[in-house]
Amino acid sequence: MARAATTTDAFNAVAEPRRRQILDVLAEGERPVNDLVQVLGLAQPQVSKHLRVLREVGLVDVREEGRQRLYRLNGRPLKPIHDWVKGYEESWNERFEALDDVLDELKLEENGDGDDGE
Amino acid sequence: MATMASRHTAVVTLPTDTQILITRDFAAPRHLVYKAWTTPELVKRWWAGQRGTMKTVDIDLRVGGKWRYVMDTNGGFEIAFHGEYREIVPNERIVNTEVFEMPGASDSDAALNRVTFTEADGRTSLALLVETPSKEVRDAIIESGMEGGMQEHMDLLEEVAISLL
Repeated sequence: MARAATTTDAFNAVAEPRRRQILDVLAEGERPVNDLVQVLGLAQPQVSKHLRVLREVGLVDVREEGRQRLYRLNGRPLKPIHDWVKGYEESWNERFEALDDVLDELKLEENGDGDDGE
Repeated sequence: MATMASRHTAVVTLPTDTQILITRDFAAPRHLVYKAWTTPELVKRWWAGQRGTMKTVDIDLRVGGKWRYVMDTNGGFEIAFHGEYREIVPNERIVNTEVFEMPGASDSDAALNRVTFTEADGRTSLALLVETPSKEVRDAIIESGMEGGMQEHMDLLEEVAISLL
């Protein structure tokens, strides 16, 4: 089955772990590509390729300063993703909190038995 | 031995266009998490969260066996899911299909769920990887999570849990 391109929108752009890593680094401030190459331990062409994808979906902005191109994070496109996934995540949180309560009880039963099944 | 009832948080990520990955740690050994995941009367107590009550939990836990869950939602309607078990490694891994029963849905819309239970130091990391047949189905599943009533907090369930002690 053919997979859709992973670069069409911000949702997919952040599905790639390396690109999330780039966003994490840029969250600390504006950086030239060489800094990213060093922090990520990737070759420059790979970093540039990820940066291109991030720029295409608006997650990263670039400006020229002298001979350097400085990249910075633009968090706005992330907001809808956050909101979108958050509702789903919240429903699992609810469910898992109820599961925690069940597990607490199972643990008590096991410990209270005086029989560890050994 | 008392364990601190720490609160954990589920993390949802989208590894590819057709996948959802849900991870969560539990302060319990994995045989108990597995038991709570696969025993109908226990599933009834957590699967609905605070969004309703479980009306039906049928689990035929063997490869090729079917499952079906029906929830009475707080909104007054029923929602139902069913599927088939594809792989079962007790206390370790379950692979099953899942179809949300709604008009027009067919088994070709089934997602494939792989849940793995990993234990370290008496705690369990659960990873549920949902593989959907298309990005559209994946997106529809994510959006379904927003409909539920999650306004109220866990007071009710906590009360129930305390009353059972």
